[in-house]
Formats: sequence, structure tokens, C-alpha cells
Amino acid sequence: MAVETHLPYDKQYVTEYSEKRNEPAWFKDIRLKAFDLAEELPMPKLEKTRIRNWNFTNFKHDVAGNHIESFDELPEKIRVLLGEGVEDRNLIVVRNSDVAYAKLSENLKGKGVIFEDIFTAMEEHSDLVQKYFMQDGVSVDENKLTARHAALLNSGVFLYVPKNVVVDEPIQVVFWQEDNEAALYNHVLLVADQHSQVTYVENYVSNNEEEETVANTVSEVFALDGAKVSYGAVDNFAKGTTSYVNRRGTVGRDATLEWALGQMNDGNTISENITNLMGDNSLSHAKAVTVGRGNQSQDFTANIRHYGKASEGYILQHGVMKDRAASIFNGIGKVENGAAQSNAEQESRVLMLSDGARGDANPILLIDEDDVTAGHAASVGRVDPLQLFYLMSRGISRKEAERLVIHGFLDPVVREIPIETVQTQLREVIEGKVY
Amino acid sequence: MAGSTLEIKDLHVEIEGEEILKGVNLTINGGEFHAVMGPNGTGKSTLASAIMGHPKYEVTKGQVLLDGEDVLEMEVDERAQAGLFLAMQYPSEISGVTNSDFLRSSINAQREEGDEIPLMQFIKEMDATMDSLEIDKNMAQRYLNEGFSGGEKKRNEILQLMMLKPAIGVLDEIDSGLDIDALKVVSQGINQMRDDKFGCLIITHYQRLLDYITPDHVHVMMQGRVVKSGGPELAHRLEAEGYDWIKEELGIDDETVGQKA
Repeated sequence: MAVETHLPYDKQYVTEYSEKRNEPAWFKDIRLKAFDLAEELPMPKLEKTRIRNWNFTNFKHDVAGNHIESFDELPEKIRVLLGEGVEDRNLIVVRNSDVAYAKLSENLKGKGVIFEDIFTAMEEHSDLVQKYFMQDGVSVDENKLTARHAALLNSGVFLYVPKNVVVDEPIQVVFWQEDNEAALYNHVLLVADQHSQVTYVENYVSNNEEEETVANTVSEVFALDGAKVSYGAVDNFAKGTTSYVNRRGTVGRDATLEWALGQMNDGNTISENITNLMGDNSLSHAKAVTVGRGNQSQDFTANIRHYGKASEGYILQHGVMKDRAASIFNGIGKVENGAAQSNAEQESRVLMLSDGARGDANPILLIDEDDVTAGHAASVGRVDPLQLFYLMSRGISRKEAERLVIHGFLDPVVREIPIETVQTQLREVIEGKVY
Repeated sequence: MAGSTLEIKDLHVEIEGEEILKGVNLTINGGEFHAVMGPNGTGKSTLASAIMGHPKYEVTKGQVLLDGEDVLEMEVDERAQAGLFLAMQYPSEISGVTNSDFLRSSINAQREEGDEIPLMQFIKEMDATMDSLEIDKNMAQRYLNEGFSGGEKKRNEILQLMMLKPAIGVLDEIDSGLDIDALKVVSQGINQMRDDKFGCLIITHYQRLLDYITPDHVHVMMQGRVVKSGGPELAHRLEAEGYDWIKEELGIDDETVGQKA
């Protein structure tokens, strides 16, 4: 089957879309340049995953979503993500490409926290957005898909925490693709200024079992000197969505960035999580779990690059593969010359539940500095029959024993997800995908 | 009711095609403590594992009956629900599952649906039992056996025994790797279980465990069979004289399983 590789949208469309949104000139300019780049640039290069037949071009780009007056208007699937106390939550619900609901407490507004959709942010805080948008994090010209991202951006969130402000309550965004063909070209820009602290959680949800579409999402996170950012995510796009997910962190001196990613998409997925430890004594944990099922093919990269002295990076990836799912787990620790006394550790583990599933863990350490500590562990294996024997010998059924082993295998990451309701929901997604 | 009866009849067991047990006969009644002794490599642990249904062991002949029910036809979890318990020599480590969640799941697995143990009652019982075994409280929230010392694992097995209260307990080398203080604590726990219903099969190759737990019956295994049975005095004689006199009686040089006649 021949797959269409050209976008159904032309430059004229992009121009009109930008004008319709009243975007600042600088951003329209980025879009149009990106459009040209997207024509020329190659697709991202993946060592072990073939993406030639994946759908990157069949989707609807501009789909509106209605505002909600009450949370009762949301379907059950979305309401469970929000849990109790949602009325007081600092929350944005994105419905297709529009904001259905947005709230930021007066208290945080008073402290100068900015939390709004990216189009509003471009109007109201144009300089700040321009300073960070696709400059030092993800670049427009990395490949065809990053360029398309900038050209077709149709959704996004800007979160800015000023210097020394500590945000105690978690901040949540739900991206809900209500329309089964609506594409999501979503950009999350999170800037935690010096010595600030914030916890952010995002959920991606769609229901397109049959209809094809595309998600091309970029998150750029800046933890400036002394800042502390916790970033949790549950990706849960349905089978019809082809996802290209880029999450990129830049971490300053004495700053910390913690990733906890539940990568639960049901469609073909490329997910790349890169953290640049720029400052001395910077720290990052990149934790991710996934469950692969059906015929889906997924390619995960967790990459921590050490530039600052005594920087510490810890990668932990756990995946469960069933049916005929295939996944590649790349773990990359890169220590640049000069990043003395750094520590780069990584662990990738894959649990196979069926003979037809495929899993591959590739640990890579690239070290250009003598004075470092580094280590890696990787394994691909099956559920240990002796573990099952042990659990069953206490009266636990085989099914329940397997469930315990699988949840246990994923739990070291799941319990790091910042909001409890999201954690519970991730456990349910796992439950649903495994059985 | 005087408890359950476990009957092992002419049990033959293979591992990877090699016959380890060559016709074991034993009957354990509720209220009785049996010790199975013997040097290493004589088939003792195989007996324990085969009773519980270890996936590596294949029963080729014979019967195991619990109150007349065919144990060998049961899945491993059904054996536990029927009243069997095996304290393992090398319990598995299971990451991500806390000791406390595991214990509660185990207890509830043996109760009817809708009759789960109330959480507070469970915590109270677990705390008290952990205290009696001198187990550190934080062990409840640690992952099952993960990073436990040898001694902690053994205590954890006995904690499970005491919480699950099986009809028949099989204890496989529960004393190995324990220092004398830990041995005393663990023995106390096992002795607490003693009543007219609980039957116990204690597998050991050290006589010293039997200084703290007095068995009613002592059996010696060699070459994959029970070669001698007696009362507590048999254990004392083994302690004083070792196993050589039994080998002489039987006219064998090597007591281990692999020996061809």
C-alpha cells in the first residue's frame, strides 16, 4: 500500500491559519519558514524502527472544541482523570484545538505565575514565549516532523513560574481529542525561573480506534538555576493515532528536572525524551513505563546529556510487551568533556508476555570525560515462573499472580506520577492494556 | 476434627529427566511435627517442592493426598487453598509488590469473595506477628523479599506461615543461614503454631533446629527414599553419631541421589 507522504495543507493554508489566530509576526514567520523546511528535511532517523508505512499525513488540522460550563459535560473517561477537588485545581482542558476550560488560582496569578494556552500567551506575553519557543530546546530544523510541528502548531500551553515562587499544588493539563480525526500539533512550554518549584502533569486522550490521525507534540521544559520541576505525563492516544512525541529538558545550575512518563499509546509511536544537564550540580531522573499491545510498533529514547560538572542523570525505563507489539528502548547517557564528577546511570527492562511480541533494549554510554561514574543495566525477559510459583503457593491465582508481577514491574515509575488521581488512572490504563 | 492428613505414597519425582525421589512414603497427621533429615543431595528439598507443585519438578509416579484429595491434580494456588503451605528455602524476590500487599492478597485469596479481612484487623495481626518474630516494622512496606538478608527472608516465610495458618506446613531448610538468636525467634514462632490441628513437615540437615523444635517423628532420607524413621531419640543419635551408622546398616557408600545401584 502506498502511503501519502505529502501534507494535505499548503503554505497558503498555514498563512491563513496564522492570521485567523492573530498571531504575532515572529510566530507567523517561524511557521512559514518551518513549512519550507518541512518540504526539504528528512524524516527522523531511527536505528531499529521502520516508519515508512506510518501515517503522518492523513488528519484534520483545524477542529474546534466547545467550551464547557460544567465538568458534567465531560465524558466519564475524562472525568476520571480529574478526580475529586477538580473545581479548585489549576487546570486547562484542551478539546480538539480549543480550550474548553482554564483555571489558575488568584493566589498564583498574584505571584506572577502564567498558565494559559499558547495562543493567548503569544498575545499577552509575546517576548517571553518568543525567548524560549523552539530556540534552545527542540529546534525547528531537526527533521521533517519538528518542522511540521512548528508549521502546523494548533494547540499548546505556556506555564511560567517566576523566580523564587514555589507552587505547591500540581498543575494539570488534559488534551482531549474529542474528534476522531483531529490532529494534535501541541506545544508545551514550561519555564521555571530561578529557584522556583512546580509540579506539572499532562494527559493525552483520544478514542479513534478506526479513524487515522496524527499527534505531533513537543514539550520544552526549562529548569533555570536552582529550580525544581516535576513533570508527569500519561500518553493515551487510541490505536488510530500515529504519535511523534518530543519532550526536551534544559536544566541549569543546582536545578532538578524529574520526568515520570506513562507511555500508554495504542498506536505507532516515536517518543523521545532528551534532557540537557547544562548547569553544575544539575540533576535529572527520566522514568518511563510502557505497555505495548496489538500490532503497535514503538520507539522510545531516553537521553540525558551531561554538560555541567557533577551533574547527575538517571534513566529508568520499564516496558511490558504483549500480543505482536514491538518496542525499541534506547537509553543514552552522554557525558561531554568537562562535565567532571558526573554520574550517568541507566536501566532498561522489558517484560515479554507473548511469543509474538518483540522488545529490544539498547543501552548506550558516550563518555568524553575521564572523571565520571557511569553504569547501565538492560534486560529482556519473560515472567519468571518461580515468581509465579511463589505467589501461587500462597493461594493467589495464576492470573492475579501475573497481575501482581506486571504491576510490580511497572510500579517504580507509576508511583512517581505526581497527582494521585492520575497515578490511579495510569494503573487502570495499565490494567486495561495488559488484560 | 483433629486437623488434616497429608499422605505421600510411593512418590517418584524427576527434574530434567533425572529421577530424584524414588518412592517416598510419609503420612503427616494434624497435630504432628515430622522432621525429615539427611545429608545434602538426598532429595529432601525435592520432596518439599514437589508437594507444593514447583514447575521444575515432574511427578512420574505415586500419590500425594490431602484428606483423601489428590493434591497432584491441583494447581499450585489450589494446593494452598486446600491447606498446604511451603516455607521456601529460596523465596523469590518480587519488585514493586509490597510485603504487606502480598500478605493481604494471600489471606484474601483463601477467603470467600466479600469476606475479605478488614484492613485494621489485618494490620493489627501483622504488627503483632512481626513483633513476635522481631521483624523490623518497615519490612511491611518493602518490596517482597527484595534486598532482604537471608535471615530476613526466613523470618518473612514464617511470618506468612503464622498469618496464613495452613493445615499442613512444609518448612524447607528454614534454619539455613540463621544465626542462633534468629533461630530461636523463628523456632518460637513455629512452636506457637503447635496445636492439635496443625501438622508440620520440617526439612533440615542440621540437628540444631531440633534443639528448639521437638519433632514427634524423625525420618532420614538417602538416595531419594525415606530409609529410617523413629522418634525424637533418632535425632539425638544422629547428632551424636552422624549418618555413617545408617549407611552401614543399609550397606551403601554414597547416600546421594545420583548413585546407581
